Amino acid sequence: MNAQDEAVIDVANLSVDISVPAGQLHAVSDISFSVGPGKTLCLVGESGCGKTITSLALMRLLPRSARLSATHIRFDGRDLSKISEKEMAALRGNRLGMIFQDPMTSLNPVYRIGDQLEEVYLRHRGGPRAKARERAHFLLEKVGIINPGQRLTQYPHQLSGGLRQRMMIAMMLMCEPRMLIADEPTTALDVTVQVQILNLLRELQQEFNTAMILITHNLGVVARMADHVAVMYAGRIVEQGTAEQVFRQPAHPYTRGLLECIPRHGQSAHHDKLGSIPGIVPSLVGKIEGCSFRNRCLYVHDGCQSGAIAMQQAISGQNYRCLLAPHEVSGASIAKAENMA
Amino acid sequence: MANFFVRRLMIALLVAFTVSVIGFSLLRLSGDLASILAGENATTEDIERISKAYGLDRPWIVQYWDWITKALRGDLGHSLFTHEPVTELILNRIGVTATLAFSSLLFGLAIAIPLGVLAAVKPNTWIDRSALFVSVSGQATPNFWMALMLIYAFGVWWRQAIVFGVKLSEISIFGFQLTGLPISGSATWLHFVMPVLTLGTSIMPSIMRLTRTGMLDVLSSDYIRTARAKGLPSRSVLFKHALRNAILPIVSLAAVQLGFLLGGSVIVESIFALNGLGYLAFQSITRIDFPVVQSILVFLACTYILLTLISDLINAKLDPRVRLS
Amino acid sequence: MTQTAPSPADNQRTAGEFETLAPSPRELMKRRARNHPGLIIGMGLILMFCIAGIFAPWLAPHDPYDQNLANRLADPVWGPKGSWEHIFGTDALGRDVLSRLMYGARLSLLISFTAAVIAGVIGVVLGIAGGYFGGRVDAVVVYLINVKLALPVILVALSIAAITGGSILILILTLGFLTWDRYAVVVRSLTQQMREQEFILASLSAGATHTRIIFRDILPNLINQIIVVASLDMAIIILIEAALSFLGLGVRPPTPSWGLMVSEARSVMFFKPHLIMIPGLAIFLLVIAINMAGDGVRDVTSPEGRS
Repeated sequence: MNAQDEAVIDVANLSVDISVPAGQLHAVSDISFSVGPGKTLCLVGESGCGKTITSLALMRLLPRSARLSATHIRFDGRDLSKISEKEMAALRGNRLGMIFQDPMTSLNPVYRIGDQLEEVYLRHRGGPRAKARERAHFLLEKVGIINPGQRLTQYPHQLSGGLRQRMMIAMMLMCEPRMLIADEPTTALDVTVQVQILNLLRELQQEFNTAMILITHNLGVVARMADHVAVMYAGRIVEQGTAEQVFRQPAHPYTRGLLECIPRHGQSAHHDKLGSIPGIVPSLVGKIEGCSFRNRCLYVHDGCQSGAIAMQQAISGQNYRCLLAPHEVSGASIAKAENMA
Repeated sequence: MANFFVRRLMIALLVAFTVSVIGFSLLRLSGDLASILAGENATTEDIERISKAYGLDRPWIVQYWDWITKALRGDLGHSLFTHEPVTELILNRIGVTATLAFSSLLFGLAIAIPLGVLAAVKPNTWIDRSALFVSVSGQATPNFWMALMLIYAFGVWWRQAIVFGVKLSEISIFGFQLTGLPISGSATWLHFVMPVLTLGTSIMPSIMRLTRTGMLDVLSSDYIRTARAKGLPSRSVLFKHALRNAILPIVSLAAVQLGFLLGGSVIVESIFALNGLGYLAFQSITRIDFPVVQSILVFLACTYILLTLISDLINAKLDPRVRLS
Repeated sequence: MTQTAPSPADNQRTAGEFETLAPSPRELMKRRARNHPGLIIGMGLILMFCIAGIFAPWLAPHDPYDQNLANRLADPVWGPKGSWEHIFGTDALGRDVLSRLMYGARLSLLISFTAAVIAGVIGVVLGIAGGYFGGRVDAVVVYLINVKLALPVILVALSIAAITGGSILILILTLGFLTWDRYAVVVRSLTQQMREQEFILASLSAGATHTRIIFRDILPNLINQIIVVASLDMAIIILIEAALSFLGLGVRPPTPSWGLMVSEARSVMFFKPHLIMIPGLAIFLLVIAINMAGDGVRDVTSPEGRS
């Protein structure tokens, strides 16, 4: 982890509660992390673990029924959890940007590509329009769109999924943000296009020294892109460290279970069983006692039933949220990274 | 896109032709138009005489051909009662009906759209519920009842009402004395106030609901989330991005409602004694003045068809997905 | 690894401490229905009108046709000379308003229900035909819908009424033949969507005939929407019938129709306004009830529509 004053964003104890008919749903509980310039943090976890809500919380784009609380969210010299909506709107699309999962529906169908790109620039930097157009043209080229002049005059429905996603990326780069949040940016795309988009993101990040938070449920993407990893489960971070640490020596039983689930080169159907984690995610409504993973954990014992589980440091250096002692969790799975990258 | 419109035009012409056949035949459906015209005490000779006089003894197809070829040249025949050319009758009255229809549409839109947007921006609050209540009430109120109640309120009650010790009919605003509203005739714009209120409130509910539903859908869409993520001010998100998308079905509905207003103003025109097409149609129907009735029916239907074509054009202009497919 | 660790098998429970078994869709629907104020109020009002209408011959205090010229324009019970004999007073011919109101309910319900069924049959048949078979069949259906939409409904209804006299049967048929378009549009659109879905392809691959698919796969999924459209249609028919009767070309006197009652009271409107208010209010309440119930059915059967 970088030192505090170097980090582009520093999140401390972020929680999001949503009012539902049954009570309070603790979508995200007590999340802390920071990301340095030019670095990528991957938030990994299964559907519903709270990764998307975390990203929306950072952008302050949560639904009305949700309440955000945090010790601080330091970004660009401000505390995002405390500033007004007006100040926040001035930051969005400007100092921090977000790319969403589905490029097919994330663009306004009635306005031209050029208009939508220029709009962001004009909003935050002002006129003249020609300057905005120039920048849009430049960025479309940068993201690998051939014939950018023509594309600027087209409408979203005339572009393919991959092109639209590139355009989204260009749109969010118009004002040179210090940080980019990408929520499953490749999930809705064809497999061949996925790799291209990921490579593009990596290149742009290196060129502009942008910090990136990449949300995904795909461990392959994590292996390819992450400098740091935070594994989320049931609204909490259960393991957090560099990609190397987490993949080589996963500490938390959940992380280990996830890595077991990936088919290994050399496995055969006759001798080996494909791993799976039995059970389902617990309800996030109401007070949560003890470890959220205990109903699916191989190593559960009485101490797991109550009290808050604090982070510990594993032997290889990452943090994990479990009662098992560091020496009890070492010696686990072989790094899957080689098989996936 | 030109292809698309040529096809639409062809279908429109086919529909117009079918409607002209229906309009022409409607009054002749009961069998013998001549005997209905002749009345109850007619003798067979009377009926025959009438039949010959109006060409009702010819085969149906000949009658239709005769009528339609003349109609396309602008000759719609003559009224059986006033003997005036039907074309003139229609042209004289269309001004009143058109004024009524357009004013009512504008009034309805001016209330429905802002109300719908407001309800969508603050869903499930008292604003939303009141808007829905107003809409539901408006839909359930019979036209004629609303008209009569307005007449009673503004034509009668207003003139003698005293509220908080002030006689309402003696209040003046900017030198304009509020002496109540005229309840019949079409001489001044004041004569149109109550009719427009009546008709406007009858179309307002459906437009409001469509605006509300449309805006709710659009506001929860992904591209609005993107617009917010770009840091755009909420005014821009609401109007430039959201409403611009939600307006598309409203345009179509407005065109349909306008068509309905043109054809459905019978009641309001009759009650307020407005000399428009609807009133003429009603009078002619009761007198079985068939040249007038069939012409008005077909005329109104063709106007409706034209309105839907125009709304398709507007839609294509507003929605690039339609234009460029 | 601790020795006291239980094996994974111990954790494979079907309903653990964290899990809850979700209620069935039907259960959820009933729960929503019970908590929907619009649906309950709407159904309640409709029930009230139905009882008044169906049991009018037994419940009505007087004969609705019974004229009593000595007691014309009697005050309602809250008026200066009112009595409980005639709760809503009497009309210009001395007939009891409440009784006429109840028989009017009978008429409105009968006409609107029957006409809605006729319109429903026409519209659903055409809608399914067009949506399912597509191609030329659909072109014809779209053409028919467009023709119907172009016709000015009130004027056509007036014309037919003018030449056929005051037959209620013809009135019902006319209204049925003039309001089927909404059914057709909705059903056609839904059928088209369903036809694309895989469960239809699955049925076809299994050798099902078109008839079977239509009746077993498509129609049951349409019923909810059809009910919603039907409620809207009934409400519209009640309003059109009232308007036609008001103009004198709907239900003919002396049959009690609410619209007719309003028009008959028009001449005495300025000094007996309640004679217009009450029948008008009846129309208003019944239509609002039907609309609320229809909205309620739609909300309860497809909750994704709500915000």
